[in-house]
Amino acid sequence: MILAEMLSYPFLVRALVVGVLVSLCSALLGVSLVLKRYSMIGDGLSHVGFGALAVATAFNAAPLAVAVPVVIAAAFLLLRVSRSSAIKGDAAIAMISSGALAIGVIVISLTTGMNTDVSNYMFGSILALSSADARLSVALSAAVLLLFVLFYPRIFAVTFDETFAKATGTRAGLYNMLIALLTAVTVVLGMRMMGALLISSLIIFPPLSAMRVCRNFRAVVLTSAVTAVICFVLGMAASYAWEIPSGPAVVAVNIVAFGAFALAGRLKRVSNIH
Amino acid sequence: MILQCENVSFAYDGVNVLEGVDFSLNAGDYLCVVGENGSGKSTLIKGLLGLKAPQSGRILTGDGLKPTEIGYLPQQTELQKDFPASVREVVLSGRLNSLGKRLFYSAEDKKAAAKNMERMGIDEIAGKCYQELSGGQQQRVLLARAMCATKKMLLLDEPVTGLDPVAQNEMYNLIKLINLCDGITVIMVSHDIHEAVRYATHILHLGNRQLFFGSAADYKQSDMARRFLGGCRT
Repeated sequence: MILAEMLSYPFLVRALVVGVLVSLCSALLGVSLVLKRYSMIGDGLSHVGFGALAVATAFNAAPLAVAVPVVIAAAFLLLRVSRSSAIKGDAAIAMISSGALAIGVIVISLTTGMNTDVSNYMFGSILALSSADARLSVALSAAVLLLFVLFYPRIFAVTFDETFAKATGTRAGLYNMLIALLTAVTVVLGMRMMGALLISSLIIFPPLSAMRVCRNFRAVVLTSAVTAVICFVLGMAASYAWEIPSGPAVVAVNIVAFGAFALAGRLKRVSNIH
Repeated sequence: MILQCENVSFAYDGVNVLEGVDFSLNAGDYLCVVGENGSGKSTLIKGLLGLKAPQSGRILTGDGLKPTEIGYLPQQTELQKDFPASVREVVLSGRLNSLGKRLFYSAEDKKAAAKNMERMGIDEIAGKCYQELSGGQQQRVLLARAMCATKKMLLLDEPVTGLDPVAQNEMYNLIKLINLCDGITVIMVSHDIHEAVRYATHILHLGNRQLFFGSAADYKQSDMARRFLGGCRT
């Protein structure tokens, strides 16, 4: 009912299409990021994205055109810094993300001031996408999906055992960079609807939910993707029905899903023992 | 000659951690690398796999062996202990170096993986989750994966550490079988010097430099071995 009503608004159709694609991308990449202990990279990058969006708005530039390259640059920087021993990975992420957030807030308060736009940046809005943004988002997320599928065997190998992959001649550094690049693009695309503070939940929740019940990598990837899409659509419906920001609504649905998967996983284990 | 180290040394931040490594192996040899913790064993492994460049000297491969075709059984990482992957997925990932420019595994790759699972006695648990296996089973999975990556040489880093005595024995026998039946050259890093001289044909003893290289029989007669074996007869 609600869905049918939502589909009669063009801006909601845009939001749903882009959101479903972005949910798919982040759920797939999230499996690799969570297993490699890189979960916080998504969070760090989203804060950088917030800073970039704030600066783009201040200079009246197209938000995605500014944010995509800036966040990609930040992703490469994070990978490089986390490999050097001078500053440890998690500290580097915290530094860059809080730094970018601070700059974003300063730029906003010097220009437009704190208003609803800022709240939308932080917590997401289903009204955020222009049709030009939507077209770019669809193209980019299709590219992310395609690259993930094409490099699936290599992404698995690099995620499971980077040393072995390197020793047998796979350029693990290259595939780490590919994962970071795809993550950066996904984070920027999802930020408008989910909000800068909440986009990383799309990366973390569906894979963790899937890992409660699935016992092999492919099942985890597929379950994570399906879960992400369902949770996103339900979250958007809730956002529309109760007029709450879309980001928190989607996260809340993901929390419920995680609880259900955790319970199912426990029941499955208990029934296996008996 | 399948592998040769010519006066190789390795350094971290300009400080030599291992020097004077000079030995060569023929196809079918079984080399055990022994030495105390911090003696440079892991560094040598990284060097042989091409993960770390030597400070000086040269590492040469022969008999048509490419450095990327060495089957490697690494020490397990923390990360893998809760990794959701099936036995089949892990073993198949050993065929990565046969992919070349192809994107996906072929029927031939899958056949090779199936064959190696059968040989390691893990074909019946192919669908099981890696993290739910016993330590001995996990090592056999990683051995099957290493076998998928090579036709000529296996490099094993402490393959029996943390296994119970029965599983340790199984592992040693499997490795010896691969060495004898397939003629695959084996290089194994080990703490257990007694087992090393029992199974290996050659011994390389490291202590931040090469202390001994020669046949296992000669090693048993050496002063070094007498000190390390603690007077035990093997």
